[in-house]
Amino acid sequence: MIQSFCDWLSNTALSLTIQTVMWIIPAVQTVHILCVAIVMSCMAMLDLRLVGVAGRRQSIALVVSRFVPWVWGALPVLLASGTILIIGEPARELLNPYFRAKMVMLVTVTAITLVVQRQNKKDANYWESRRTAAAMAGLASLLLWVGIVTAGRWIAYY
Amino acid sequence: MIESRPRDTISQRGKLIPMMIPEICGWIENTPVATAIRQSTWLFPAIETVHVLATVIVVGSVTMLDLRLLNLAWRDYSIGEIHEDVLPWSWTSFAVAAIAGSLLFSSSATKYYHNVPFRIKMVLLLLVGINAAVFELGTYRRVQNSREQTQIPALAKMAGALGLLLWIAVVACGRWIGFTK
Repeated sequence: MIQSFCDWLSNTALSLTIQTVMWIIPAVQTVHILCVAIVMSCMAMLDLRLVGVAGRRQSIALVVSRFVPWVWGALPVLLASGTILIIGEPARELLNPYFRAKMVMLVTVTAITLVVQRQNKKDANYWESRRTAAAMAGLASLLLWVGIVTAGRWIAYY
Repeated sequence: MIESRPRDTISQRGKLIPMMIPEICGWIENTPVATAIRQSTWLFPAIETVHVLATVIVVGSVTMLDLRLLNLAWRDYSIGEIHEDVLPWSWTSFAVAAIAGSLLFSSSATKYYHNVPFRIKMVLLLLVGINAAVFELGTYRRVQNSREQTQIPALAKMAGALGLLLWIAVVACGRWIGFTK
C-alpha cells in the first residue's frame, strides 16, 4: 500500500518538479540542516542543563523559557522542508527503515520535551527537585537527537 | 634567450607548489586510512555522521551568539554569558568537524580538490575564521561587559550578520558537494 502511494506521489506534478529542478533538493536540505542546527543546539542547552553538566548558572526554568520556544519555532520548518523532500523522493524516505526509525525517535523526543515543558510550567521548581528524573529526561532527549541526526544521514545510504 | 632565463626559473619556482598538489592529493588518497575509508561500505557514512553532528552543534551554537549580537533573541541573556556558555562547545565541535571532514577529504582528495563547491566552502571557512578572529580579538571586549544590552555597537552587529550569512553559505556548499561528481 505504501509502495502504491509512493508510485502515485512520485508521478504528481509537484513531485516531478522537485525531481527535475536540480537545485530544489540541495536547497531544501540546506534549510533542513540549518533548522536541525538550531533545534539540536537549543535542545543540547536544555538537555545538558537537565543532566547537570552545563549552564548551571541558569535555573532549569530559565533554560526552558530561553531555548524551547526556538525548538517549537524551527520544528514546523523542519516538517515542511522534510515533507518537500518526501514528495520529491517518496520511496527513498517512506520505504526506508532509517526514515521510520527517525520518525519514531522524533515523536518520542517531542513527547519528552512537552512533558518537561509542561511540568516546568506547573511548577518552576519541578525538575530542580527531581534531579534523577531530570537527568534521565535530558540524557534520553540528547541521545534521541543524536539518533535522529544519525538516522537522517543514513537514509541516503540505505 | 639567455636574458629571459632567470625569469623562467622564477616563474617555475612560483609554480612548484601548485604543481605538487596533484602528487600530494595522490599521496593522501593512498595512505592506509584514506584507502580504508574509500573501500569500506560503512566508514564514510559513519564519519560523515560525526561530521554532520559536529557541524550542527557548531552552526547552532554560533548562531545563538550571532542572533544575540543582532539583538534578535535572548535580550535578557548578556553577550558575555552567552559567549561563555556556548562558544567552548563551538570550538570543540569545530575541531571534531574539521578532523572528520579531513578524513572524508582524504578518501578522495583529488576529486575534492577539483570540486568547485568544496573550494568555495574552504574559502568561506577562511572568511569565517577571519570574522571570528576580528570579533574575538577586538569587538568582543567592547560588548562583553556592557549591561545596556540593547545598544549593540554596529561592529558587533556586523560580526553577527556576517557570521550568520557565512555559516549558511558553508552549510549550503557542504550539501552542494554531495550533489556534484
